[in-house]
This record gives sequence, structure tokens and C-alpha cells, in this order.
Amino acid sequence: MNLGQHASFIVAAYVIAIAVVGALVIWVIADSRTQKRMLADLESRGARRAGEREP
Amino acid sequence: MALIDLANPTRFLTLATRVLPWLVGLTLALFAVGLYLTFFVAPDDYQQGAVVKIMFIHVPNAWLSMFVWGVMCVAALGTLVWRHPLADVAAKAAAPIGAAFTFLALATGSLWGRPMWGTYWVWDARLTSVLVLFLMYLGIIALWRTVEDPSRAARAAAILTLVGAINIPIIKFSVDWWNTLHQPASVFRAGGSAIDKSILVPLLVMAVAFTLLFLTLHVAAMRNEILRRRIRTLRLLQARMTNAGARA
Repeated sequence: MNLGQHASFIVAAYVIAIAVVGALVIWVIADSRTQKRMLADLESRGARRAGEREP
Repeated sequence: MALIDLANPTRFLTLATRVLPWLVGLTLALFAVGLYLTFFVAPDDYQQGAVVKIMFIHVPNAWLSMFVWGVMCVAALGTLVWRHPLADVAAKAAAPIGAAFTFLALATGSLWGRPMWGTYWVWDARLTSVLVLFLMYLGIIALWRTVEDPSRAARAAAILTLVGAINIPIIKFSVDWWNTLHQPASVFRAGGSAIDKSILVPLLVMAVAFTLLFLTLHVAAMRNEILRRRIRTLRLLQARMTNAGARA
């Protein structure tokens, strides 16, 4: 595979794309963990929504 | 299960948990195929050489930058017409993902433009209207973060989203309405695609892969947003109970 004389532009474009998509994925996973932890913490302290029963 | 049943946040959470592993697998598989076709099958362009490989990430991101705004417009209608909380959740979760895709369209386009046009940026109609779209995404994200009450924020963001939709046809037809450095439409146009199949197929595979990536991230971000709202509700309930206990 020969990327020619403008290889640096091609590599830079793909590196930026991988970095941005990677950042999005990490943000979604980290946010998911944070929300689940906070919800579990609240529920362990007895917080319940209206209509929900104690387990 | 009817489609309307999915509009229930609890049912959506159950469905998201089931569907997400499949979406992740399918997205990864399509990216593997798309990248293989891009780097090992698709030929270099007869004029641009290997620089055409930037197109396989630039074009899908440019399409998605407009598609995600379209998704937000549908969600905005759900917010304003039916006042459905899941529509608010869908709109809020889509905005950062749309902003990221728009940023990628601008950045990869700039890196494609330098060797082909001799410049990273020109203030022509296509580039400027996409930059405006990016700024509008940032504005929507800022609006969501500024207004504390989610339902009030949703209505304000919905109106701004629908007003901002005027920019989508401007982006699409800017290359026809004005003289721009950017090339006119070459995939979806009257008379069929102007791109050879050897390059068109990898481009379409990458476009589907990026669309699945959006779907995966959107479902996951919607699930996070529903949990965030549950936490907010629980905290408000706890604060009310504490206040009531202090008064008694």
C-alpha cells in the first residue's frame, strides 16, 4: 500500500477520525458507568420513584 | 410489540440493553470490511492519487452531520407536538454526536483540501454553511446545559433545532447555487452516481458503518440520559422528603 507524496494528510485525517470517535466512545462508556453508580448509590440509600416498591 | 411501546423509557432501557451488543458487533464488522476495501481494494483516483482515501471518512461524516440534525428535527417535533420525554432524550443525546461528526467533516475536508486545492480553508458557501452547522450544534449543547429544567430546555432546543433546519438545504444545494471550490454532488444526483463502482462500494460500506456507529452511540447516550433523569427525579424526591421531615 503506497499512500504517495501526500501520505501525511491521509494519515492525519484517519488519526483525527480515530481520536474523535474514540473520545465519543470513551465519553459514552464513562457516562454510563457514572450514571449507573449514582443510581445504585441513591437506591441503596432507600430512594425510590413514586410507584416503585422496596426490593 | 408496537412501535409506540418503545416510547416508554423503561421499555426503551430494556430494548437498548438487548440491542446494543448486536449494534456494536455489526458496527465493528462493517468498519473492518470498509477499511479493508478502502486500503486494499479501492484504487487510487486518476487525478487525486491516494488522497482520495480521505473521501471514505470525509463523505460519511459530512452526510451524518446533516442526518443527525434531521434526527434532532424529528425529535423536536416529538417534543413540541406530543411533549414526549423520550423525544427530549433523543434530541439531547444526538447533539454531541452530531457535533463530533460535523467537526470530523470539517477537519478531514480541510486535510483533503490542502493537497488538492492548495489551501486548508476557503470562505465559500459549502464550507461556511457546514461551519455554521457545527456552531449551531455547539449552541444546542450549550442551551441544554444552561437551562436546568429538562422539559423547558427541550422546548427551547426544539425551536432552535427546527429554525436551524433551514441550514440543511443551504448546505446541500450550496454547490449548485453558488460558485464554490467544493465539488458538486457526485453520489446522489440526477443521472446516477459519477463515481466508479470500485470506489463507490467502499464509500457506501463506510457510510453504513458510520451510520451504525451513530445509531450505537445514540442508543447508548439515550440510555445514559434516561438514567440521568431518574437520578434527578430521585434527588428531588429525597429533597422534598427531607424538607417535609424538617417541617414536621
